[in-house]
Amino acid sequence: MAKSSIKIRAKVKEGEAKVKCLISHPMETGLRKDKKTGKLIPAKFIQEVVCEHSGATVMNAQWNGTISKNPFLSFAFTGAKSGDMIKISWVDNTGKSDSTEAKMK
Amino acid sequence: MKKIATALSVMLLAATPFAAQATPDDDLKAFRSYFTKKFPEVPANDFINGVYALDAGAREQWEAFEEFPSYEIAIDNGEEKFGKKFANGKGYADCFPNYKKGIKQNYPYFDTDSGKVITLEGAINKCRTDNGEKKLKWAKGEITEIGAYLASLSRDQKINVKVPNDAKAIAAYNRGKKHFWAKRGQLNMSCADCHYYYSGSKIRADLLSPAYGQPSGFPVYRNKWAGMGTLHRRYGGCNKQVRAKPFKAQSDEYKALEYFHTYMSNGLELNGPSQRK
Repeated sequence: MAKSSIKIRAKVKEGEAKVKCLISHPMETGLRKDKKTGKLIPAKFIQEVVCEHSGATVMNAQWNGTISKNPFLSFAFTGAKSGDMIKISWVDNTGKSDSTEAKMK
Repeated sequence: MKKIATALSVMLLAATPFAAQATPDDDLKAFRSYFTKKFPEVPANDFINGVYALDAGAREQWEAFEEFPSYEIAIDNGEEKFGKKFANGKGYADCFPNYKKGIKQNYPYFDTDSGKVITLEGAINKCRTDNGEKKLKWAKGEITEIGAYLASLSRDQKINVKVPNDAKAIAAYNRGKKHFWAKRGQLNMSCADCHYYYSGSKIRADLLSPAYGQPSGFPVYRNKWAGMGTLHRRYGGCNKQVRAKPFKAQSDEYKALEYFHTYMSNGLELNGPSQRK
């Protein structure tokens, strides 16, 4: 299996889960030109990021080309406990996707 | 009376620590004591954290970054690329047999056989060309990933750059020293103006970091670049900011500067790769 493009670190403190994740993705806007050929570099950016916790979606982000390369995302939600699994997945505009699961500390 | 005269001469000596005849070791002692006196509240080994050793607010932000740093991607990629074999079946590990123990603290070193300063990036590319591979680009990209991986293994090692008693080594050291103290560019500023005399002061909205400890964290992930860069990439940026024409990364000039600059941080721990604004 190829290495996942998502790295997650999540901690639960007093019922509140703090999730941090780092996604490696080029996040091309589609507006940049290749310096050598002068042609536009095709757009390739993440459109949706979803975080699931025990079957329920706890975070859903709609992104576009304005987000930087290798984006870092941090958010918090309540109702989780230590040891729970969370799943984060993304879909980009070319239809590619990736997801990964992690245990919360 | 004699006592006063001795005291005076000692003071005079202290006031001109960078006289031409000063040995590298004298330079280092004077350099270190200048910064430790200038910033008495900074713990000795905290100079490796640059401006974050001086400003609590900036440090807080930086520590939040360091909890989950963007350079982790670079370390992972670097590890993967480091492990890949070249076409001839050899790999980086053959060039850097001690890499797991940490090797970055010894770079840059002076190679008495070739009479040149060898930087870590130079050694990485030499390893490639010796094995029939193409050179990597010097300032960013893959070379910083491999550098980041090697730096991560060398963390907490103490910088240990040596200037051997060799005319060419001293010449390279002096060339770097001259670059550091010499004025350049339309703005007529030297490295020392910002990072020695005015270190800790504001330049517009930013603090100037002390030169002591700067090389520790490289290669760095710089938010401004949204990517990794080597020390020489930063040198180029510095030179441009004073409106001087930058030298090429890994040119003899920058290698000499890195040699002097890193020597001046001898004894400090390595903290690379790290994140900078």
